[in-house]
Amino acid sequence: MSTVIEDRPVADAPVMSARPALRVPITLGVLGVIALLAFGLGSDSGMDSTFNLSFRTDVVQLPDLVVPTKGTCLVLSLLCLGIAAYSYFLATRLRKTPMWLTALYGVAWVFAFLVWAIEGKSTSLVDLLQGSLLLAVPIAFGAFGGVFCERSGVVNIAIEGQLLAGAFAAAVVASVTDSVYLGLLAAPVAGWLLGLLLALFTVKYAVNQIIVGVVLNVLAVGLTSFLFAAVLKPNAETLNTPPLLQPIAIPVLSKIPVLGPVLFRQTIIVYAMYVMVVVLTLALFRTRWGLRVRAVGEHPEAADTVGIQVNRTRWRNVMWGSATAGFGGAFFTVGYIGAFGPEMSGGKGYIALAAMILGRWTPIGSLGAALLFGFATKLVSALSVLGTPVPSQFLQMLPYLLTIFAVAGFVGRVRGPAAAGVPYLKG
Amino acid sequence: MTDELVPDQADAPPAAPPPKDPTEDAAASWLRRVSSSGSTVTVLAFVLALVIGGILIAVVNPAVTAAAHYFFAAPLDTFEAAWTAVSEAYSALFRGAVFDYQADTFAKAIRPLTETMTVATPLIIAALGVAVAFRAGLFNIGGQGQVIMGASLSAYIGFTWHLPAGIACVVALLGGLFAGAVWGGIAGVLKARTGAHEVIVTIMLNYVAISFLAYFLTTEAFRVPGSAEPKSRTVRPEAQLPLLFGSQYRVTWGFVIAILAAVFVWWLMSRSRIGFQYRAVGFNPNASRTAGFSVQRITVYVMLTSGALAGLAGAVQLLGTSKYLTDGIAGTIGFDAITVALLGRSKPLGIFFAGILYGGLSAGGRFMEAVTGTPISIVLVLQALVVLFIAAPSLVRTIFRLPAPDAELKGATA
Amino acid sequence: MLLELRGITKRFGPLVANDHIDLVIEPGQIHALLGENGAGKSTLMNVLFGLYEPDEGEIAVDGSVVGFRGPSDALAAGIGMVHQHFMLVPVFTVAESVMLGHELTKGSFLDLDSARAQVRTLSERFGFDVDPDARIEDLPVGVQQRVEIIKAMARDARVLILDEPTAVLTPQETDELIEIMRQLAAAGTSIVFITHKLREVRAVADVITVIRRGRVVGSAAPTAPETELAAMMVGRAVMLELDKAPAEPGAVALSVRDLLVLDGAGTRVVDGVSFDLARGEILAIAGVQGNGQSELAEAIVGLSTPLRGSILLEGTELVGLSVRDVLDHGVGFVPEDRSHDGLVGDFSVAENLVLDLIFDPRFRSPLGVDLAAVQANATQRIEEYDIRTQGPGQPAGRLSGGNQQKVVVARELSRPLRLFIASQPTRGVDVGSIEFLHRRIVSERDTGTPVIIVSTELDEVSALADRIAVMYRGKIIGVVPGDTPRDVLGLMMAGVPLDDARRQAAENPTTETKLEEGDL
Repeated sequence: MSTVIEDRPVADAPVMSARPALRVPITLGVLGVIALLAFGLGSDSGMDSTFNLSFRTDVVQLPDLVVPTKGTCLVLSLLCLGIAAYSYFLATRLRKTPMWLTALYGVAWVFAFLVWAIEGKSTSLVDLLQGSLLLAVPIAFGAFGGVFCERSGVVNIAIEGQLLAGAFAAAVVASVTDSVYLGLLAAPVAGWLLGLLLALFTVKYAVNQIIVGVVLNVLAVGLTSFLFAAVLKPNAETLNTPPLLQPIAIPVLSKIPVLGPVLFRQTIIVYAMYVMVVVLTLALFRTRWGLRVRAVGEHPEAADTVGIQVNRTRWRNVMWGSATAGFGGAFFTVGYIGAFGPEMSGGKGYIALAAMILGRWTPIGSLGAALLFGFATKLVSALSVLGTPVPSQFLQMLPYLLTIFAVAGFVGRVRGPAAAGVPYLKG
Repeated sequence: MTDELVPDQADAPPAAPPPKDPTEDAAASWLRRVSSSGSTVTVLAFVLALVIGGILIAVVNPAVTAAAHYFFAAPLDTFEAAWTAVSEAYSALFRGAVFDYQADTFAKAIRPLTETMTVATPLIIAALGVAVAFRAGLFNIGGQGQVIMGASLSAYIGFTWHLPAGIACVVALLGGLFAGAVWGGIAGVLKARTGAHEVIVTIMLNYVAISFLAYFLTTEAFRVPGSAEPKSRTVRPEAQLPLLFGSQYRVTWGFVIAILAAVFVWWLMSRSRIGFQYRAVGFNPNASRTAGFSVQRITVYVMLTSGALAGLAGAVQLLGTSKYLTDGIAGTIGFDAITVALLGRSKPLGIFFAGILYGGLSAGGRFMEAVTGTPISIVLVLQALVVLFIAAPSLVRTIFRLPAPDAELKGATA
Repeated sequence: MLLELRGITKRFGPLVANDHIDLVIEPGQIHALLGENGAGKSTLMNVLFGLYEPDEGEIAVDGSVVGFRGPSDALAAGIGMVHQHFMLVPVFTVAESVMLGHELTKGSFLDLDSARAQVRTLSERFGFDVDPDARIEDLPVGVQQRVEIIKAMARDARVLILDEPTAVLTPQETDELIEIMRQLAAAGTSIVFITHKLREVRAVADVITVIRRGRVVGSAAPTAPETELAAMMVGRAVMLELDKAPAEPGAVALSVRDLLVLDGAGTRVVDGVSFDLARGEILAIAGVQGNGQSELAEAIVGLSTPLRGSILLEGTELVGLSVRDVLDHGVGFVPEDRSHDGLVGDFSVAENLVLDLIFDPRFRSPLGVDLAAVQANATQRIEEYDIRTQGPGQPAGRLSGGNQQKVVVARELSRPLRLFIASQPTRGVDVGSIEFLHRRIVSERDTGTPVIIVSTELDEVSALADRIAVMYRGKIIGVVPGDTPRDVLGLMMAGVPLDDARRQAAENPTTETKLEEGDL
């Protein structure tokens, strides 16, 4: 038995499923009806919703996108219901709803919601997208860190702590050296140090990986808060005022309307994220290293019998993964806020873990899920600025509810690396 | 492992008793037993954590840093300053946690101990909840959310329902228990029905609970009329937990509830039929299923029980100590409960003492921060280190060069 | 390649798993290592393969001493191993599995094309039909074994260790494997064939070394009689046949009709199965692993819900009942994987002996579980079943396979039963315990309980069964008397209908049968 951050089915429900799996179509259907009733029929006719497509600073100003609220909501919610019906049709034939269709559904639903929410007002679409991307950065790096570890069979609950440690180290080193890039280098080292403890206790001493992860998070919170209160606060001038990373516009690409400024006028951390997702995907699925790592995470005994050093592989991957998560932590301080604050990671590490699961332990999927969480968070702040009928506290729950929904609903029982969570001991 | 990778014990040549060193006398063998036992490791883990914590305290101390600047001129100054910093911090910790030997009267001198009991009370109860889940193979990281929900409902009952004294308090406590159970139960149901991992779900529910609490504190139903402060009305006196040792100390009957809860959990896990199933499912869900236990149902029950205890902890904290709801009502009870449960090895008696220890660290930590300016977050570091070291006894043994106990030798090959 | 093991000793704590073992494996030789479960054969091979480091002794290749610090050293020295539990990653393709550990690369990336080509070449050489792009988990076990052999040969193994390779095969598949082994040996590969099955050893081995309790107790020629080999292996004379009175079947107790069970992927794992079982009768369900026998047993116990069909036990419909209810109706069940499904390894022996009986009034007390009664029950069963423990408080996971199985069987037989089902009742169990468990099962039958035995071991089926139902791909191919010849059963297990099987068996007896009849 494994204690794994994958969906360990406890089911004493019958193993077989002769009946069509209706969970997805029903969920889609219910949400579709909500969209139709609340957004479509619930909005006033004659009102418009406005989206700004350019930043005010952009040289080329695109005209605003103005859509009639009611009509758009009706069309989008009917599209959602259509997809739900098709999904039901597929389910009765024992076929699964394709992922792209679910994604299309999600986009249509969210857009319907957005159009309804800004009825009679305007919001900046580029700002929304850029904000989503930025908020996704630490989640994505955390999830990549999780992919490194879990693919080799080590559950990394300590992502949260690694992000925090990375944020702290980046802030301090960048402040002291006055070099934001040295800060960026310090962050992975801090994550790496926590990873050292994670590997020591889980790989060498075979302590339960979830326990170690949880405790390391407490340790990271304690250490950073202690040092913050004892050292950083009294010396904020010298130790906690790091320079901020400046965006670098990529020639040509940054000129693309809408997407250009969103994707290609970013800081180096964001570009590192693009590189990382490509490199990690190729490394994991196309190289010798990846094949061996996956073998270790799926069936360590088999890897051992062909001469692969299981625990050495795990050590290495935990180090890489923790450093990756630590690097992502730098975003909080030198990439976004500009100073360290206690517990500033605010649960992003746990959301990263969920993003990794939702992304089925692949880098691309993790990035997609991270963007989804980033979008949910950004949406909440955008809407609370605009003012909506829903209390802001409920909006703030959105990313967390989305996470629960993700691990319980659509993901269902996806299969993670079979040996994740199980220490490898030999005679 | 296959049956064959390790030879069957019964078929192997008769196992010779471990060779006995004839020169080893009784005292040495006693020493050997003691030094390799679990309680020794616990003590040493604590010592180790205090040493590391001490180093941290010394390193960040301004006096030490100042002395270190001329370290090569007068190295002793640095060590002296370090010693002063650490000993002051730790003696303040002790004075704030156990016995304030600088107080004028005995009654005042033992007040820290009663403070420790007060802080420990909700910790013990919540940790018992975490332990029930642990022993059933589930990780309830959602104590925080369950504490918040428990405290919220018991507060609501406590200041709105007009019930006679005695009954009011019991009903409010039950309300907290119920709310915590529901909050934990959600994770249980999701785990059982969809396989959603309880670690992620409970963590997310913590954040949802925090948002709920923030929302409650904006509503008319909770808020003090006419006040914009995010603070609820105060619980009616009938619903408050009575004080245990009179008005001089803050200890309430909540401490007795904690003891009763520990006894209950002992009975549940060691004597009851449902607890037998909890443990069986925790160790081997497949065999439990084959034995006719409904793993799904047990999973839900376990999370209900675990959440109920955390909710009770929230109720006790609210009705006994804070009396009204704020956004900081749960403190870090829910998270500390995890480390308390780990430190107490998920056994009721162990948790009782671990809870007292942590209560002491928290109470003492506040005092230490007030007196010496050492940030209380050092307590978190100490807690985390103790649990890490206890979880890896062989590391502690390596550090202190202790012999490995026989049990572990066997474990390594089994 | 000449491979020598000199004085190999391996200890696990106080246990001596291998005690100064000497072994010489000549090039091109098929060397059988015979010994019962737990004799230390696999430990020895794991030492040879570099998975364990020996405490004493040395390994020599072509006369020069080598030190293996890990499997990679052994692989480099030309030693390949096919483990009893296949060492294949379920989600990998065949090509990926074969290349793992010695991957070819093109630039920085894996060269999967070369790996595919290599799989095809080797498949052709041995006459295998293996698709390099098939996923391991989709392949039947017989094919997975071939992938393991390809894996070893792709690394130019000159010594191939096969650990209990026939456990998952039909007699006919075993025959094919024997042919492959001969072919490899003829090409100069040395083969170490680990088994506890006497027939196979005699059919294929050039040399037989017998191991008992971690020591080499002697070697024998393949012509040695079975009883002699068995006596060497066990250390005393053993009865190869179970002494059992003919069944006296009573009224029909269980009738299964048109049972259909699907697995998670929607495959029909039990496909329209019908049979009757009378009181006082043992019905063995034979078949190659994975043909629906386990699922049939699980469906009867209520662990899975059939899509269609009926299971009537003494007039009660079991379909739709929970496991708890089925057990309460007097069904005793020994699952096929005891440590996975039968026992809670961290629970004490005493607790395991009441695992599914804690609601039984015998073990109730006003406050919950009656610990004294649990303890008394344990003492009694330990005595009755001769369970070797350090006491009722010992964790069950620490017992040997045979004793663990005794705990499960003792528990299931410790209440009045209307039906007893045992899946693989003696898998991985030593000979002494096998004899004991078989006698208990027969005596349960003799009290009038209907018994279902699910077994992939034809020896066990033949020893216990009054009637045999052979399953193939979820269907019952036929129900035959208990004394049906092995060759016929083997063909039926491969899906050949009864009549054809009889004819073919008469025309083409397997190597083992020929050997038995003295034709070789």
